[in-house]
Amino acid sequence: MEFAELIKTPRADNVVLHRPFHPAVEGTLCLTGHHLIFSSRRQDNAEELWLLHSNIDSIDKRFVGSLGTIIIKCKDLRIIQLDIPGMEECLNIASSIEALSTLDSVTLMYPFFYRPMFEVLEDGWSSFLLEQEFELLSSVTNEWRLSCVNKDFSVCPSYPPVVIVPKCIDDEALRKVALFRHGGRFPVLSYYHKKNGMAMMRSSQPLTGTNGRRCKEDEKLINATLRSGRRGFVIDTRPLNVAQQARAKGGGFEQEVHYPQWRRIHKYIERFNILQESFIKLVEACNDQSHNMDRWLSKLEASNWLTHIKELLTAACLAAQCIDREGASVLVHGSEGTDSTLQVTSLAQIILDPRCRTIRGFEALVVREWLQAGHPFQQRCAQSAYSNSKQKWEAPVFLLFLECVWQIHRQFPCSFEFNEQFLIMLFEHAYASQFGTFLGNNENERAKLKLPQKTMSLWSWVNRPEELSRFQNPLYEANSLVIWPSVAPQSLQLWEGVFLRWNRPSKFLEEAEEERINIIKYNKELQAKVNALRRQLAEMETDEAQQEP
Amino acid sequence: VENVRLLDRLSSRRAVVGTLYLTATHVIFVENGSETRKETWVLHSQISSIEKQATTATGCPLLIRCKNFQVIQLVIPQERDCHDVYISLIRLARPVKYEELYCFSFNPKLDKEEREQGWKLVDLNEEYNRMGVPNNYWQISDVNRDYGVCDSYPTEVYVPKSATAHIIVGSSKFRSRRRFPALSYYCKGNNASICRSSQPLSGFSARCLEDEQMLQAIRKANPGSDFIYVVDTRPKLNAMANRAAGKGYENEDNYSNIKFQFIGIENIHVMRNSLQKMLEVCELKSPSMSDFLWGLENSGWLKHIKAIMDAGIFIAKAVAEEGVSVLVHCSDGWDRTAQVCSVASLLLDPYYRTMKGFMVLIEKDWVSFGHKFNHRYGNLDGDPKEISPVIDQFIECVWQLMEQFPCAFEFNERFLIHIQHHIYSCQFGNFLCNSQKERRELKIKERTYSLWAHLWKNRADYLNPLYRSDHSQTQGPLHPQIAPCNFLYKFWSGMYNRFEKGLHPRQSVTDYLMAVKEETQQLEEELEVLQERLANLQKSQSGDNKVKSKQQDRSKQIGLYTSNNSLANTPQEYSNDLKSFPSRSPSQGDEEDSALILTQDNLKSSDPDLSANSDQESGVEDLSCRSPSGGGCLPSEDSGKDSDEAVFLAG
Repeated sequence: MEFAELIKTPRADNVVLHRPFHPAVEGTLCLTGHHLIFSSRRQDNAEELWLLHSNIDSIDKRFVGSLGTIIIKCKDLRIIQLDIPGMEECLNIASSIEALSTLDSVTLMYPFFYRPMFEVLEDGWSSFLLEQEFELLSSVTNEWRLSCVNKDFSVCPSYPPVVIVPKCIDDEALRKVALFRHGGRFPVLSYYHKKNGMAMMRSSQPLTGTNGRRCKEDEKLINATLRSGRRGFVIDTRPLNVAQQARAKGGGFEQEVHYPQWRRIHKYIERFNILQESFIKLVEACNDQSHNMDRWLSKLEASNWLTHIKELLTAACLAAQCIDREGASVLVHGSEGTDSTLQVTSLAQIILDPRCRTIRGFEALVVREWLQAGHPFQQRCAQSAYSNSKQKWEAPVFLLFLECVWQIHRQFPCSFEFNEQFLIMLFEHAYASQFGTFLGNNENERAKLKLPQKTMSLWSWVNRPEELSRFQNPLYEANSLVIWPSVAPQSLQLWEGVFLRWNRPSKFLEEAEEERINIIKYNKELQAKVNALRRQLAEMETDEAQQEP
Repeated sequence: VENVRLLDRLSSRRAVVGTLYLTATHVIFVENGSETRKETWVLHSQISSIEKQATTATGCPLLIRCKNFQVIQLVIPQERDCHDVYISLIRLARPVKYEELYCFSFNPKLDKEEREQGWKLVDLNEEYNRMGVPNNYWQISDVNRDYGVCDSYPTEVYVPKSATAHIIVGSSKFRSRRRFPALSYYCKGNNASICRSSQPLSGFSARCLEDEQMLQAIRKANPGSDFIYVVDTRPKLNAMANRAAGKGYENEDNYSNIKFQFIGIENIHVMRNSLQKMLEVCELKSPSMSDFLWGLENSGWLKHIKAIMDAGIFIAKAVAEEGVSVLVHCSDGWDRTAQVCSVASLLLDPYYRTMKGFMVLIEKDWVSFGHKFNHRYGNLDGDPKEISPVIDQFIECVWQLMEQFPCAFEFNERFLIHIQHHIYSCQFGNFLCNSQKERRELKIKERTYSLWAHLWKNRADYLNPLYRSDHSQTQGPLHPQIAPCNFLYKFWSGMYNRFEKGLHPRQSVTDYLMAVKEETQQLEEELEVLQERLANLQKSQSGDNKVKSKQQDRSKQIGLYTSNNSLANTPQEYSNDLKSFPSRSPSQGDEEDSALILTQDNLKSSDPDLSANSDQESGVEDLSCRSPSGGGCLPSEDSGKDSDEAVFLAG
């Protein structure tokens, strides 16, 4: 087994582990193929720490005499420190961790080795199929159809095998449209607003180029979603000048001449390295405990993170507003249609569709709008805020989406079935996981890797009643309305649950959550008791009434 | 004045037309509109500034800024009317005599006895007894009986037993405005205490034997410790500058066994400017995130809040963990000293985190020790340089602590906001004048009502549902994080953007949990009744017809009660009531937002009692815990309550 070759020192004793808000503990460190395991021998309070190698973002080592110190920075933003006696041991361990945390082959990742210790009640790989989604859709409208034009991933490599498109557009036309859109990502249905029959579609940019190429089928496809005489909105997530510059590289945007029924709105959303830099700066600011109040605020400001949150939420609100308030269909795209596009379409659904605010509905949304829609998780989440690699394709796109959901959640704390922990859990698993769900960059790659056969789905684990109970929001009351968040700076806050999670004591906040749960639980118990008694009384009374003459 | 337009600060398209009335006590704006006729009431005493802006084609704009952070923009069609309103308001908002203030005309329809009861709710003698004084070390001193020693101190002051009248008087002569060291908080567990005073008149070298004996006496009153901390809450530079004026700070060499410490809290002028800057940021129309954060930083407000908190934490730590007594002063010992002593007390003693205890705390550290409410909050027309948000900062410190310790306080955010409101409203007599002496001369207790009684009567609105007196957070001192706590301080939009409901969370966890708790209580009561009935029914198997018929009577009523209950109080209805509106922001940078114009203006008129607000986001107000009318009590809930009572009387 090649892991053994990488592990130079499998075990070290008398290692001291330091974590924020915990006293330092001494214990034994073991390295396995996929985990770093630390266990303290203290008899009164045995402690174990299991850390996935793939969760390690970067490691630093330093020496004072023969005492070595390894500082491990994790993708979930935690920082731990290990003091290891013996220079050689320490060096060995550090280089082993480094090697094990940067394996380049996907098939060596832990999900391919993980054997669940729980009984699988429902296979998560088949929990959320587009066919089921379509069935729901066809109960309210017959204007759409399922197309298998991409069944062998030949039309669009980053799309799933089946997609939902307007009924009147045949597969032949879809093939033509695919040639006219970046990466073959032709417009497909993202969300159907039952209330007024309006649709939200997503795609990539049209390949108009400098000479204003057009594609009749493309025009026909998106026009098919319009009611006669009504206009639709194209939300382009790039600023106008970027969209114009894209023409030089063969890209472009929908021009008024060819799309007279569509009104284009440019809503700029940052991408890639800008986001990654912002993420790195924010985490740096949060970890710097030395500075004073002013420096903290200016660093928070300089990171621009909350600006990105505000931009993104604003764009999503705009899309939702076009659909719900203007009664118009919407097409969302940027360049590739795999990042900012998906952020906007998925957030708009959180705002519009109460189903997406349930646990299952949110899982379905993540599967549909992120995994199946071809967000390249493996590239984007390869490294987190502590990496120095500065690869162009790493970006906290999914984390930004989760944070926006959290911001809306904070403003509507009773309208979501899940709690903050659920969102944090998804963040963790997107970056490092024992499950195969977030491996690969699209359905095509997942099929090639045979993930459904070889790995366990995150949903198989999450949707078990034991786990679900941890992620439920005690305050939830189904709210069938559209929820409009405020995007004013005063209404947006730093997501402490993620960014300050390891830097602040959480005991008091956890206690508060516990109180909330208990208040609701006690209420429900009482309700049940009262109902049972009422029933019992009613029965006794009818009995007596019958006995009476 | 008719045909006045009230502008929505967030969106000029949402202006409403109505009539403006000026009364002796309020500015009232009544919306035209057949059904709702929403009213906005503003007390004259809440007005902090009125600004007449350049006349435009549509009329003459008038901007009214309030001390409770409400901003009202009116457009009056005729320039002449506008000028008249402006002149009248300038006069009305700046009364020159106490008698002009609202509390002298405000009558909540209570009889004399109820009024007296109200004033007795908070009793400081009782409070000192609760702390455990007088005892072997501390006694009440009558040196200030007729305000003879210090006119800004209360008549009853606690001092160390070994401090004779001669020492007190001598020490008072060596202290600014004769504010000699007196007891603020005594820690029963370890005899450590917090004392307060003003700065010593030490200049560069002056000494005072009695003052040195006074500090010695404070140290002796805590036999467990061989020194005391003297905390000067000013920045060192300010304190040194004061020496040139014959004031200054204690020289460690002259006093035996003191440890001297500066804690740099800025003076009232810096704080006034800081708030001003922060409010400018809050008033920005559609600021970007950077504008906002940069402005917030630039105002320095949160830095000042943290400085006050740090001082409180330092003192609480000295008292609770080191068992060392502390003497706190600033310059005059009535602003920063009050802030710091009360924050420290709050951290030390869970009692002050209860509703009643918090009232006591404000009464003790602020009202009785001569915090100059009239000057600081501009109740009467006076020197604008005296105005400063001193107690506002204390109230914010409490809120910041509530955010860090959600289960530690018996009261909720609304309680703090309403106290802040009434410090400026002059509707109740508690915060009138600059000292106890002035209040006695004015016969405040005979002529006005007490805010504490009013809040106590409505205490159900102010409860924190997460509070349990047996919870670990309600036991003993609180220990806030000291070192890395910068990012734990947050902007308080519930206060500074209090009247912009659109910016707040649309569903209030507090109100939701309160409704659940109320339902729980009703369920408990019903459970009891049901169990009793069950027992009776089982007994009545023997067949007493009379009893049976009686019980059937009752069962009907209970049926009525339960249906009322489920109607009034189920959380389902709570969230179904939610009506959502797009926030202002989707409209930015996009012209097609005609859909934003609101159609569902089912506003109820706000409670004049609180001279409340213009509520732009209708519909959601039932959910908002910041509704100044005291929370989202649905009318049906009230009627439900009435019939419940009837049922239980009948039962």
